[in-house]
Formats: sequence, structure tokens, C-alpha cells
Amino acid sequence: MRGNNVMGIIFSNMHEELIRELTDKRTMGSVPFGGRYRLIDFTLSNMVNSGINKVGVITKSNYQSLMDHLGSGKAWDLSKRRDGLYILPPFGNGSAEYTNRVETLSAIEGFLRHSKEEYVLLSDSDVVCNIDYQKVISSHIRNNADITILYKRGQIPAKMAEPMVLSLEPDGRIKDIIIDPRTDSEYSYAFDQALIKRELLIHLISECSSRNKSNFKKDIYQANVSKLRMYGYEFSGFSQIITCMNSYFEGNMALMRPEVRAELFPSDRPIYTKVRDDMPGKYGLGAKVKNSLIANGCVIEGEVENSVLFRGVHISKGAKITNSVIMQDTIIGENCNLNYVITDKDVVVKSDRTLMGFQSYPVYISKASVV
Amino acid sequence: MFPKQEVVAMLLAGGQGSRLGVLTTKLAKPAVPFGGKYRIIDFPLSNCVNSGIEAVGVLTQYQPLVLNEYIGSGQPWDLDSMNSGVQVLSPYQRNRGADWYKGTANAIYQNMNYIERYNPDYVVILSGDHIYKMDYSKMVAYHKEKGADCTIAVIDVPLSEASRFGILNTNPDGSIYEFDEKPKVPKSTKASMGIYVFSWNKLRKYLTEDQENPESSNDFGKDVLPTMLNAGEKMFAYEFHGYWKDVGTIDSLWEANMDLLDPKMPLDLSDENWKIYSRNPVMPPQYIGDNAVTQNSLVADGCNVYGEIDFAVLFAGVSIAPGAVVKDSIIMPGARVEEGAVVQYAIVSENAVIGKNAVVGARPEDIEEKDEWGIAVIGDNVKIGAGAVVPPKAMIDKDIPEVTEDARK
Repeated sequence: MRGNNVMGIIFSNMHEELIRELTDKRTMGSVPFGGRYRLIDFTLSNMVNSGINKVGVITKSNYQSLMDHLGSGKAWDLSKRRDGLYILPPFGNGSAEYTNRVETLSAIEGFLRHSKEEYVLLSDSDVVCNIDYQKVISSHIRNNADITILYKRGQIPAKMAEPMVLSLEPDGRIKDIIIDPRTDSEYSYAFDQALIKRELLIHLISECSSRNKSNFKKDIYQANVSKLRMYGYEFSGFSQIITCMNSYFEGNMALMRPEVRAELFPSDRPIYTKVRDDMPGKYGLGAKVKNSLIANGCVIEGEVENSVLFRGVHISKGAKITNSVIMQDTIIGENCNLNYVITDKDVVVKSDRTLMGFQSYPVYISKASVV
Repeated sequence: MFPKQEVVAMLLAGGQGSRLGVLTTKLAKPAVPFGGKYRIIDFPLSNCVNSGIEAVGVLTQYQPLVLNEYIGSGQPWDLDSMNSGVQVLSPYQRNRGADWYKGTANAIYQNMNYIERYNPDYVVILSGDHIYKMDYSKMVAYHKEKGADCTIAVIDVPLSEASRFGILNTNPDGSIYEFDEKPKVPKSTKASMGIYVFSWNKLRKYLTEDQENPESSNDFGKDVLPTMLNAGEKMFAYEFHGYWKDVGTIDSLWEANMDLLDPKMPLDLSDENWKIYSRNPVMPPQYIGDNAVTQNSLVADGCNVYGEIDFAVLFAGVSIAPGAVVKDSIIMPGARVEEGAVVQYAIVSENAVIGKNAVVGARPEDIEEKDEWGIAVIGDNVKIGAGAVVPPKAMIDKDIPEVTEDARK
């Protein structure tokens, strides 16, 4: 059974300034992750697995790789005659690029107005997690909530932009919202995913627009904390919020833990991604691989340890890759030695090169560079 | 009205493949998994698409569920166009009665209406049990150039093996003057690959005549082709150079998989210009554990390897536990090899479980009686209990209970 009166809206560009290296030529949503995925695959798959049939992906710039990745939406089963995937590039309102969330939502007001679903799930694409949104929806309906904001308990991830801390009643109702508290104790901090009534969202956005208010967190969440029935929904499963290059690197490394893979990739709620038709991973004579995540299409003739290899990577004889994230179609020449390195797509590292980063500062090699 | 297709391909996928034993009890031979992520039928289907053939009829009969589901709309092969694409053709009932497909020629005869609606000039007949990459458009071009009525693809085989094949004896210009089915004394080494190009008007005529002949077994090799040759139709041999392997037996299926691990293998699965398409399972990348040893192997997404593999082909979602050893073997989707188990020279079918410390198959050098050695095969969903021993050449289709330490002593 599918269809649950909820539509999804995904912001594909939000937070990309936090990892400028990776988003120089792509959106946050199309940042490669975990050997074969793009960040948007997680929230998009979660939506589909939760029965959401209609998803609008908002994008404002650098969206070539995103469009290429999403295509017709077929890989997520969103290529449909009724509803399915809608890509929403900048439209109307004179400005070439959206500058904030309110403006963005205001620009797609028509799309929201013409939808028939009662609820909208708003999500950014900066969180790697496997959430059953059906539970969020049930909680929202049970609480008769106007807005349900997803949150986590714990320390706020380093470098998170404008973190929003919720103070909650025992029943989960939000009684206060603090933005960017300056201490590092344990909080209930929101990540940018929320469920809201569609009509209410349209109303709040148009109200903000007409009063020239543009800060979603302050002018919508904070301003209405006492007026609206706002609830928190705690997500306690594995999640990695990508707030900087370090957390991006750590998120990839976390996939080496079996319990993390089990939580992220359960067979009944799989994470979908674009199909590439690569051959299986090939291990040659003398290949030595330890504690690594390897995607189809890789050819490994050297040594790989504590690393993530994306599709189509070639590790030549005598090369040694340790603690690294090697993105798709990168070629590592013979006798190279890489430690704490992130190589973007299509990088070529010629034979006998040595590249060393540090755990807290992995070396980043940009797309299609030749080293 | 369908737009004309110059070439229509008909893929014979109805065979039971009884020589594959337990591997084909629940699925047709073309649906047998191959090469870590493919099924055999991916090869002819991908060849069709890469050769520019847009209309492909797949003739199914034996255990069609898995095959039909796999082909689906044809989308993974781009065979889901508006007016063409892949069409599964199963036997059907007519107002005069119903027939199963009696022979290969009869299967095509019963589906002439499918071919007719594309008004083709040429029909390519393919079979679903070969592993190869071939540009059929080149063969059609050769057929046109020779002004042939029928062109048969041939491959050069060693003289010593020629008596296992259907051999074509040809004149210097490539025209065929004799068919020699499994000859004791072969006159040539050109073996038929079971790939035919026909001019459709001729094929239609001969299929109809063959159908009216009560003596005929309605088979291409036995009936239609000899009749055409005797009638003096222009028949040519088209020489194919490259890797081609019939995977109709356990041994040849195993060999073809092992060929993929050979660095000198001429069949390149990573060739961007001739991709082999398949339906891709939705699984995370493969994980190779801390103490794993992985060499000379193909491993698909979704695998978890903690043990040792050498010359192994692991399909999607296979798990190899710590201390387990898999050598010279094929482990099909979802199968599990538990701690300490040793699997050698074996094919383990889908979702089978090899229990702790169980032993499956053996190395030929460890067996004294060479006649007793062969590839061990474990059927799908079969559970081999902890400590059990499956001898080489065995074909297991039922669970084997656990063997306790005491019993083994």
C-alpha cells in the first residue's frame, strides 16, 4: 500500500557552504557518499519507503549533477504517471537565485497550492540516516500537531549552521526554541526536517513574504512557538549530519561499522540510487583489502585499508590506500601511497605519488585533477 | 500499426537446461545467475541493444516466473520503447487448441504474428545459454553483403573438440555445403554457435512448410536448416572471433565464471562501449572485513566478506563469515558461508547456507580417484548443517543435518 496524504519537499542546496570543496560544482544533495550514493538518496529513499509518492526537489544553482543523478526518478520508483518526482529550479520572482528558505518556498507556492496532500515533509539533504517517516506522520496526527520538528539528543555537531535547540514538554510539545546557544552541553537540537500542514505552510510563507521576513527558523518556528501546536520527534537511530569536511569524512568511515550499515541499509527500507551497470568489484592477484567499503566496478590490485572506494575506482599494483575516501572513477597509479585523502570524481593520481593528510584534516583533491 | 523494424530478434529461452540439475529446478536456464551480478540472458539481451536491435521476442516455456519477472518491462536493457522493446512470448491457446512449443522452429512458427507486425527484412534467432559479446549488426551486414537467405555464426574450435559440436563445412567463399552434426571425423573446425540470421520471407516460407511436414521434429538444426540447404538456398557461415562459451553444463558454467577471473580474459565486462546491462539489486557496497583475504575474485554489492576468498565469484548479498574459506567457487545471491566452513570447487545457489565448519567440494589434487571429482552443487535455499561434508561432484537439493563433533570421530 502506498500513498499517505503527505508530499515531500527536499532542499538540495542548503548548507553547501559548509563543505565548499565538495559543492563547488554540485549541490549538497549530489555530494557523493558511502561508495555509491549521493546525499539526497537518503532522504529521498526514506520518503519513498515511507509511502510518499510525490516529491519536489528544490534547487537553485549548480544543479547539473543533481538533474543527471535524479533523471526521471525511476531509481526511486518516482517516475510515475500520477505524481512522482518534480525538480523545481528557480522560477519567477525576478531574482536568479534563492537566498533563503522563505523566498524559495514562496517561489514554489503554486506547486504547493496545486498539490492535494494534507501534509508536507520538508527536508534538507545534509543528513545521512534511515528514518521511517511513517512514524513521524503518525506522531504528528496523534498529537494533532501543526508542525512536527525532527530532533536529536546530544551535543550539537561542530560547525552546524544556526543550530536550533528545542525545549520540550514531557509530551513532546515544544515550549521554547533557542537558536545558536553558546555552550556545548547536551541538547535536543533540531535538524532540518519537519512535517507541516500544507495549507498552514502556504499561509505562514505568504505572511512572512508580505512582511519582508525571511528567516525560516526565527520568523516561522520561533515566532509561532506559542501560537501553534509544535511538537518534536526524536530520532535516536544512526545519523550523520554533514556540517564540515571532517564530519563528511567521519560519516564515510562510520560505514565500516556493521551496526551502522545494518541501521542505514535494512533490506526492507533500502537506500536507492542511480543505477550504473558496473561489473562486480574485481580483486586481482596480490590485492589486500581490510576494513573497507568497496563498490561495484572497482578494480583492486594494490592494498586498501579503512577506506571507502566508489564505483569504478582503479587501485594499481603496489599502491597503498589507507583511511581515504576515493570517489567514482578515480585511478590510483602504481606504488602510490595515500593516507587521509579524499579524492573527488575522475581524479588521476599518477604512479609513485605520496599524499598524506591527517585525521582531523584530510587532504582533498578536486574533481578530475591529475596529481 | 507498428513502425517497421528492419531486424527483429527472437531469443529461444524455453529450454529446461536439465544438465544444470538443481540450478534449474525452479528457473529456466537463461535466468541462471552468472558472473557475480548477471543472469545468462543479460548477454544476448545486451548484445541486441548494443547492436541496435529494438524488437526482441523472448520465447519462454519452462519455469518462466523468475525469467518473466526478471525481464519485466525490459527497462534495464532500454528495451521498453513505446512501439518496440522486449516481449515475452509464452505458448498460448488458440481456437483450434493449444500446443506447447515442440521444437525451436515450432516456437518461432507459433509467434509469426509477433514478427509480422514489425514487417522486418531479417530475423535473428538467438539462444539464451551462451556467454559472449557480439555485434549482430555486423552479422546482418554480412548476410546482406552475401545476398544470403540464411547466415549461421560459427566459431573456430580445436579439432580435438570439434566432434562435440555441430560442424559447418564451407566453400572458400563462406557458403555452406554441408552440416555435420557431432561428426566422428570432422572436416572443419567451424562450429555453429546457434545464432542465425534469416531473410524473413524465406524463414516464413520454410517455417510454414516445416509445420506442415508431420515427419519433422520442428527443430532448426535438425529440420529447417538441412531442408533449406537441400533446396539450394544461399546459406553462409559468419565467422565470429572472440570469447564464446556455452554454459549448458555445470562444468562449463563453472568454467565460464572462472574465466572472468583470468586477467587475460578477452571478454571485458567493464567495456564502456559494450556494457552488459542487468537488473541491479538495491544494496550497499561490499564490505571487506579486517581479517579478510580477497584475491582473484569478483564480489558484488551487498556482500560481507570476513573470511578468505580466492578465485571466487560472489553475487549480491553473499556473506562469508570469519574463518570461512571459499576457493574456486561460485556463491549465488544471498547465500551464506558460516564460520570455519570450507567451500572449494563448488557452486552454491541462491540463499543457501553452508553451516559452521562444513566442508563442500574438494580440490582435484586432493582426490585420488579422479573420476569421483567434480564440481559440487548446492541447490537454492538448501541448508548444509554445521560440520557436514558434501563430497565433490555431489548435487544437493535437500537440507543436510548438522554433524556433531562426536559423530565425526
